[in-house]
Amino acid sequence: MSQPLISEADLHGWADDRLDPQRRGEIEALLAERPELAEQLAGWREQNALLHRSFDAVLDEPVPARLLDAARPQPRVWRLAAAFAWLALGGVIGFLVRGAWAPPAGSHMVSLPRQAAIAHVVYAPEVRHPVEVTADQESHLVAWLSKRLGGDVKAPHLAAAGFDLVGGRLLPGEQGPVAQFMYQDGRGQRLTLYVRSDAGENKETAFRYAQEGKVSVFYWLDGRFGYALSGEIGKEELLNVANAVYRQLNP
Amino acid sequence: MADRDQIVAEIPRLRRYARALTGDAARADDLVQDTIERALSRWSLWRSGTNLRAWMFAIMHNLFVNQIKSAQRIEYVGDDPLPDLASRATQSDALEVRDLAGALQRLSPEQREVLLLVGLEELSYEQAAKALGIPIGTVMSRLSRARERLRALLAGTEAAHLKVVK
Repeated sequence: MSQPLISEADLHGWADDRLDPQRRGEIEALLAERPELAEQLAGWREQNALLHRSFDAVLDEPVPARLLDAARPQPRVWRLAAAFAWLALGGVIGFLVRGAWAPPAGSHMVSLPRQAAIAHVVYAPEVRHPVEVTADQESHLVAWLSKRLGGDVKAPHLAAAGFDLVGGRLLPGEQGPVAQFMYQDGRGQRLTLYVRSDAGENKETAFRYAQEGKVSVFYWLDGRFGYALSGEIGKEELLNVANAVYRQLNP
Repeated sequence: MADRDQIVAEIPRLRRYARALTGDAARADDLVQDTIERALSRWSLWRSGTNLRAWMFAIMHNLFVNQIKSAQRIEYVGDDPLPDLASRATQSDALEVRDLAGALQRLSPEQREVLLLVGLEELSYEQAAKALGIPIGTVMSRLSRARERLRALLAGTEAAHLKVVK
């Protein structure tokens, strides 16, 4: 019986499922007669499946900010300026607050955007441990943070603005525990909502805006809570999300 | 900018490939970052309408080869030979993945590249040949050796021999 001439390309083509139906039929007829070869090619095919099972999860990971930055470089002058701003952000002095409003009175309010921005730049780029408690345990997360902050903490749902809750964590603040919720959009862009419960006598303020290095922050006081929403996105877009947060906290 | 959005859209695929190639999450992202920066610096060389993904894999290949060739040889099986597993992977997956990651690192870099470009990234044989700068016949023979070696490694028998089928 004459066998069709089989090339290496045919064998890989079968394993990778890239043959046209006719050729595939011919190869499969051959494999039926050659169990050893059939087993070999099935093994190749299984390797492909194993590669996908092992590495496809990487596709769902948030893209690290440094890679997004690499793909969207800023002009050189701005990059230099940003570098200085980052230095300032990490340092004790020299931070730059370009508020759209006059600096608010009260020490609580002054430190709020800066603390929030620092917490943002520390945790937002985290690939493996961005949060302590993930969003699938949201009720536990909220109950835990409420208990630690000594008040009714809520995790706003921002899906309508394109951001899903990743989870949250507890942080040390200036005067006690602070909560941070993290959100992420479809492109891996992250926002954090920083919640402090030590606002004391302050009652309610309007939104205020601060730019800390590359991080934009909208912050406000509401009762005994101070809120700061941080992200490396445009001011307008961030304001929209801040409004959504405020509406959910004050239905 | 539309060009850059196109590159951003390729990042997850580049990361997956680099992770499997290097076996180390941080090194993989370094390689991806270098690839992005070089792609942008040579953007004028990319002909719109051709496959951006294959072009970026070709850039990554060149960078990877240069890393291997450079005087300071990069030892990819170092203190952390495990790829970072996404949290989605279950416990029972973990052993399988560890076996695979370890076996991949025991292939030659040339074998690993062609195996991953075809088997994981699903480039056509022609695209893989172009990305690696080798003839398509070499893709086939290298792929055969890679698949047989991996099969032997996963089966626990080092002695891989390739059958010549005519």
